[in-house]
Amino acid sequence: MSDPAGWGPPAPEGRPEPGRAEPGGAEQVGAEPRDPEQGRAGQAVATRDAPVAAPAAGLTDGEWHRLHPATPLLKGGIALVVLLGIVLNNARELLVESFLPGAGRDRDPDGDLVAALVDSGWLWAVVGGVAAVLLVMVALFWVSWRLHTFRVTAEVVEVRSGVLFRRERRAPLDRIQGVNVQRPFLARLFGAAKLQVSQAGDDANVDLAYLRSAAADDLRREVLRRAGGAQQAAQDRASGRRPARPGLGGLIEQRAAEFTAPDLDPDEAPPESVVSLPLGRLVGSVVLSGTTLFIVAAVVAVGISVAVTGQWVLAVALLPAVLGSSGFYLSRVSKSLRFSLASTRDGIRLGYGLLSTTNETLPPGRIHSVKVSQPLLWRPFGWWEVTINRASRSSAKGADGQANTSLLPVGDEADVRRVLELVLPELVGVAAADARLVEAAEGGAPADAGARADDAAPGDGADRAGAAAPPDAGAPADPATPADTGAPADAAAPADAATPVLGGHSLPGLVEGAGAPALAADPSALAAVADERDRLADEQAERTLSLVHDALGSSGAEGGFTTSPRRAAVLRWASWRRNGFRTAPGAVLLRTGAVWRTLVVVPLPRVQSVAFDQGPLLRRLRLARVRVHTVQGPITADIGAIDEDDARGFFEDVSRLAVEAARADRTHRWLERASGREEEGR
Amino acid sequence: MTSAPTVDHAWSRVSPRYVWAELVDWVLTGLVTTALTALFWFFGTWWAYGITVVVGLAFVVVCALTPRRVRAIGYQLREDDLLVRRGILHLRVVAVPYGRMQLVDLNRGPVVRALGLSDLKLVTAAASSSVAVPGLPLAEAEGLRDRLVELAEARRAGL
Repeated sequence: MSDPAGWGPPAPEGRPEPGRAEPGGAEQVGAEPRDPEQGRAGQAVATRDAPVAAPAAGLTDGEWHRLHPATPLLKGGIALVVLLGIVLNNARELLVESFLPGAGRDRDPDGDLVAALVDSGWLWAVVGGVAAVLLVMVALFWVSWRLHTFRVTAEVVEVRSGVLFRRERRAPLDRIQGVNVQRPFLARLFGAAKLQVSQAGDDANVDLAYLRSAAADDLRREVLRRAGGAQQAAQDRASGRRPARPGLGGLIEQRAAEFTAPDLDPDEAPPESVVSLPLGRLVGSVVLSGTTLFIVAAVVAVGISVAVTGQWVLAVALLPAVLGSSGFYLSRVSKSLRFSLASTRDGIRLGYGLLSTTNETLPPGRIHSVKVSQPLLWRPFGWWEVTINRASRSSAKGADGQANTSLLPVGDEADVRRVLELVLPELVGVAAADARLVEAAEGGAPADAGARADDAAPGDGADRAGAAAPPDAGAPADPATPADTGAPADAAAPADAATPVLGGHSLPGLVEGAGAPALAADPSALAAVADERDRLADEQAERTLSLVHDALGSSGAEGGFTTSPRRAAVLRWASWRRNGFRTAPGAVLLRTGAVWRTLVVVPLPRVQSVAFDQGPLLRRLRLARVRVHTVQGPITADIGAIDEDDARGFFEDVSRLAVEAARADRTHRWLERASGREEEGR
Repeated sequence: MTSAPTVDHAWSRVSPRYVWAELVDWVLTGLVTTALTALFWFFGTWWAYGITVVVGLAFVVVCALTPRRVRAIGYQLREDDLLVRRGILHLRVVAVPYGRMQLVDLNRGPVVRALGLSDLKLVTAAASSSVAVPGLPLAEAEGLRDRLVELAEARRAGL
């Protein structure tokens, strides 16, 4: 047991040729123990040239690799550090004395464990015992680290781990639901990160914990690129990372840069988030949440009890509520600090956390339904919350314990529109794309318009054709492209701030069903686009509709919704005017709740099945309920108390449209289209 | 029947023999439940017997309605999806696109097997949409399963 090598074959395939060590300063610096705390684990490791956490070019070569050498320490070995700290703290006076004789003469031998040990003469036995235990633990950690290997091939990511119980997990890349890079606070100090490749299902994730921070970013990019089905790209860019200066200064510099850098890969994502979350709004939203209502109710109830009975002791009942709620408030706020949401070539990138950060990439088509909801107390401020259903469910939470189903903790209507634009570009993006086309037309000069269309075409084409592919990263020199799906539209609607006048631009495609045909992605089709654009611009002037505006706060037939009939007021006494549904290009919209307003949007290609439901009471009222089934999550998409004929029509529409949408859906390999288009363009 | 969302009269019904399987289920459940209510008799009050009578009668009604309920179960192979309906009082119709099926189950419990029948169950990625077509003759069930798998294969979609 003391000899780790005798424990078993340490994954021979995983051992690389020593000669193939990665060049570059970062790697060499990284192979040495860098922090005093890490020294213990690091020493054991440094005895061999283990190929740890190299840049992606090294990690994705299809060979077996090991994780960050500090992994055992970061995963569970923290206890060791704490233990050491306690021992050192207790022995502090002794240490001081050994260096400065006479400094601690007047200590009290009775109150000090270490002093007592010294006096009894058992000190060395105890120290030896502790050291032996530590050594055995370090050895065990080292063995488990040696046996924990992973590899990334063109098709799969594979992890093997475990000492006594071996565990192998292989996940096909074309099935990934998301890639998550987490950096818990301590790991961040070490420059390490945890990469999680999510698959559909319960806890069907492949965890690579921990990797070097930069390596995790590179690996994420590479995994996404392969998952997206891109034929050829990015390899050269991956190797273009700036090498760090060698030596301690360089190390500190690099670590500081990693620590403070925004968690968005600068190559891939525009640095700015499409939404911003001011601290005041965040705190306000948490304070005005439903929990507050509950607490106020509890306080009132207890107050009345105290007043009636005269027993002040009853007030103690409030204590757990107060303690629990303050913890809840703090965690709600802290987990949403530094919230960012950006569009990248590989889908939406969601980042949050102040000290411990989580950074999640959701490729196109991995969001199964979206709910925009408004707690009652948020209404005066016009705030909304956006949550999503995803196919991958994890019992482990992200950094700071957030379940990864929140897409926007709080935001105003403009924020919601921008978020929906990212999630469902085929739905809301129509407006943005049209506004941009109009703007391009007003630019006048054909050359200018051509240039714009060159940039815009991939994104627009994708938007129109129903693929959620953000603009192609084949033009990385155009950092504005991914972000500005929203920007020109905002420019078109100047009053887009506190009270967003979203009616400024319409959704022609939305209004007339599939009225806007799929535009050719080829920039040469610009002429056709121009004609189309003029027609759309005219229509926009007429119909001042906006999906988000008309779906969030509206009621009645406004926004094209079919609502419950008047007789449904028995069942929906407050909300029968609002309770409605509609189909739109690429999605189903369910609008419910007059007091707690909710809008559920289900992308049509993600609909699993549809159900029509009618119990005896509904039958009597000639009403019915329609459910749109998606993968399990916090959102259930159903709409009750709808006229039975409307419900039947809706049921038929959704089941037909869902089949069509699923057939046309290409988000599964989202980059194949992009690279294909790139070739066409050449 | 006007209550079906589609006007097609192409519903395939399940085997009439399935009534017996349902009956066995309900009679057994009814007997056990009614027997359990006998525990209330220890209270010795009149309503304790009343409970037993009401529960027993409820199960008799359920059993009497079983043939109608079984006749109400139906399925339709449409061009792109499978439509399954059941229930008279509480109507439920589900449309499952073929490309969404993740797997098809054939279950044969003892009673169903004795009747030469089989229960077919579809599973999609949505837990709530799992639909069942019970009481199909074995040959038909196997044929349907193979057909569904074939259709699902031809129209395979992602999640």
